[in-house]
Amino acid sequence: MHVLRLIYKNALRHKLRTALTVLGIAIAIMAFGLLRAVIGAWYAGVAQAAPDRLICRSRISITFDLPVAQKPKIERIPGVAAVTSGSWFGGIYKDPKNFFAQIALESVESFRFYPEFIVDSAALAAFASERNAVIVGEATMKRFGWKIGDVIRLQGMIYPGDWDFVIRGIYTGRNPSTDVSQFLLNWNCIDQRMQQEWPARAGRVGWWVIKISDPSRAAAISAAVDREFDNSPDETLTETEAAFQQSYVAMAGTIVFSLKVISFLVIGIILLVAANTMAMTARERIAEYAVLKTLGFRSGHLLGLIAGESLLMSVLGAALGIVILFPVVGGVGAALQAWFPAFLVDPQTYPMAAVIALLVGGLAAAFPAWRAISVSIVNGLRRIG
Amino acid sequence: MGLILGYTLRNLAVRKLTTTLTVSGLSLVVFVFAAVMMLAHGLEKTLVATGSADNAIVVRAAASTETVSLLSREQGAIVKTQPEILLGGDGAPVAAGEIVVLINIDKRKNGEPANVVIRGTVPAAFPLRPNVKLTSGRMFTPGTSEVIAGSAVAANFRGCGLGEHVTFAGREWNVVGTFDAGGAGFDSELWGDVEQVQQSFRRPILSSMTVKLRDPAEFQKFKERLESDPRLTIDVKRELDYYADQSRATATFIRVIGTVISIIFAFGAMVGAMITMYATVANRTVEIGTLRAIGFSRRAVMLVFLIESLWLSLIGAGIGLVAASLMSLVRISTTNWDTLSELAFGFAVSPQIILGSLIFAVAMGLCGGFLPAVRAARANIVESLRAA
Repeated sequence: MHVLRLIYKNALRHKLRTALTVLGIAIAIMAFGLLRAVIGAWYAGVAQAAPDRLICRSRISITFDLPVAQKPKIERIPGVAAVTSGSWFGGIYKDPKNFFAQIALESVESFRFYPEFIVDSAALAAFASERNAVIVGEATMKRFGWKIGDVIRLQGMIYPGDWDFVIRGIYTGRNPSTDVSQFLLNWNCIDQRMQQEWPARAGRVGWWVIKISDPSRAAAISAAVDREFDNSPDETLTETEAAFQQSYVAMAGTIVFSLKVISFLVIGIILLVAANTMAMTARERIAEYAVLKTLGFRSGHLLGLIAGESLLMSVLGAALGIVILFPVVGGVGAALQAWFPAFLVDPQTYPMAAVIALLVGGLAAAFPAWRAISVSIVNGLRRIG
Repeated sequence: MGLILGYTLRNLAVRKLTTTLTVSGLSLVVFVFAAVMMLAHGLEKTLVATGSADNAIVVRAAASTETVSLLSREQGAIVKTQPEILLGGDGAPVAAGEIVVLINIDKRKNGEPANVVIRGTVPAAFPLRPNVKLTSGRMFTPGTSEVIAGSAVAANFRGCGLGEHVTFAGREWNVVGTFDAGGAGFDSELWGDVEQVQQSFRRPILSSMTVKLRDPAEFQKFKERLESDPRLTIDVKRELDYYADQSRATATFIRVIGTVISIIFAFGAMVGAMITMYATVANRTVEIGTLRAIGFSRRAVMLVFLIESLWLSLIGAGIGLVAASLMSLVRISTTNWDTLSELAFGFAVSPQIILGSLIFAVAMGLCGGFLPAVRAARANIVESLRAA
């Protein structure tokens, strides 16, 4: 009990230094949490993937489209519950930097494949009846200050020309990590214009979304779909939605890897700050430790004193870091909305921060404690300053 | 001044452990900052090096990359007959109508598929791009399923080395040669015969038309005439600008993330420097009193402590920059989000990055050292001397 009191009193001897150390550790833990949020945002698509959805796309690469004639053939495959299509529209809103995902859905029925999108029935009715109606995620609505009824002109990159769409509804997400930045339009709108202007490109979609009744048979059904189109002009590659999303993460594998490395480098900074403070503290108190030894304190007590003070600071720092993490992730998330629709504190950050705090507290105390224990009483008392 | 510099340096040498720890923290921050900036710069450098100053590229209007661009062969023929285009030794214009498609190939390292560019091209591609050199094997024979592979593709993708076979678009293609573009974006491409690529992907179109101008000054005239031609709906760009644009999103992303991380890290390291400098000031109370008693002004005392903290940051910057420059030996390969294709590039240093890192470090040192230096300068002579 006395040792705890001593630790507490010791920590308050240099109030400024202790406060700065706690602050330094807090900033570093916050940086660590922020980096985990960035990494987590990258995997958001994988985490959101539904187990009962398969994505079927051209075997050549995602930039190749598929003919609508494939749909009835896929529907006939045992285990397939329903099929719909999606296509990447890729238009520019005023300037290329105003990027947001624009996806053409086959029809209003496609919304049934995405129970995580919450849309009211009036919007769905408008989407079904008006060719150029769009339903837009709340994040993108907010980002550009759009209102329902606004006409949005996009310049098509993949489908040339100017396209005018009318916002007929907003969708919200069922979970906090649902992507609410998409701009959902009607594929028929594209296809009718293609039939007139560019017949060779009519009747083609970007990918198939296949709903299956039994998720455990995903692999077998995927293989059956691909076999159906083997040696045809449009060979397919079918995989679960999670695997499809994972392939996007894998594309940026090097960047995600560097972020992971950097997130561990930041722990190095915490360690340096904490070790620096503890080294200073112990050096100043060498004479004091000698006195404690003459009074009968054992090595274990000294170790407890030093490690206790170090742990106190690192744990306080980690706790403060987690507290400031929330507003920071909120602010950065708002700034990176265009890149990362789901930018949230990763729950794994808490146990990791706790482990880091204990590790740093222990390691920072190791060298000073060893010095305090090994110094002889006479040498310790002789030392001044 | 020499006295002050020497004095401050010797002070740092006295407390080796603390100095080492603080400098390590500062150098770690400078390392992260410099390495991230080098990565963004390396990406830009690779893409800028891909373009040539006297080349112009024609793509469909509003198409930001070749992969989403479409030109008909007739449009290509119109572009090719413009008078500003340089004529080669054979009297034909130095121009290449090419088709660019993305295909999935598995990486050698882990078997994971990535998007690789296959460029259907013509022999004129070589005079058009003098930095591209065949390094092994031979050129593909037009009219056959032969391809040549860029050095990064040959090294990183299965079946793309010399003498190997790679299957795509329902055909097996023989790799009969490899080429090197000196670190430019073409190193991450496969090249084959334009007609063969068009047939096997059933896309009887061109993606782009690249031409060499006889005089780069004529670019504006060339651009204006073509863009106002009613038969064409195209954009004409300088090749340099076109490729520079393709690094924008990814490079901006790396920079934004890197700057945010570095600034947060910097606060951590600054706190470390502040702790060190406060301790230095506290330990040397008597010394400060003595200096003031023998006539050193408050400003001189403050200067001494600021310089000491600057030393910490400069040594940290030096170590951080040396470590970061070692990263330029590393080449990485990742997807460029502007084109969705895999691109190999390295960390590249530039004078701006070195200067930026130094400024960054000095700012950390000054901010970290300022408050402790003020405390030192404010010290009361009598009380300081009494502290002994």
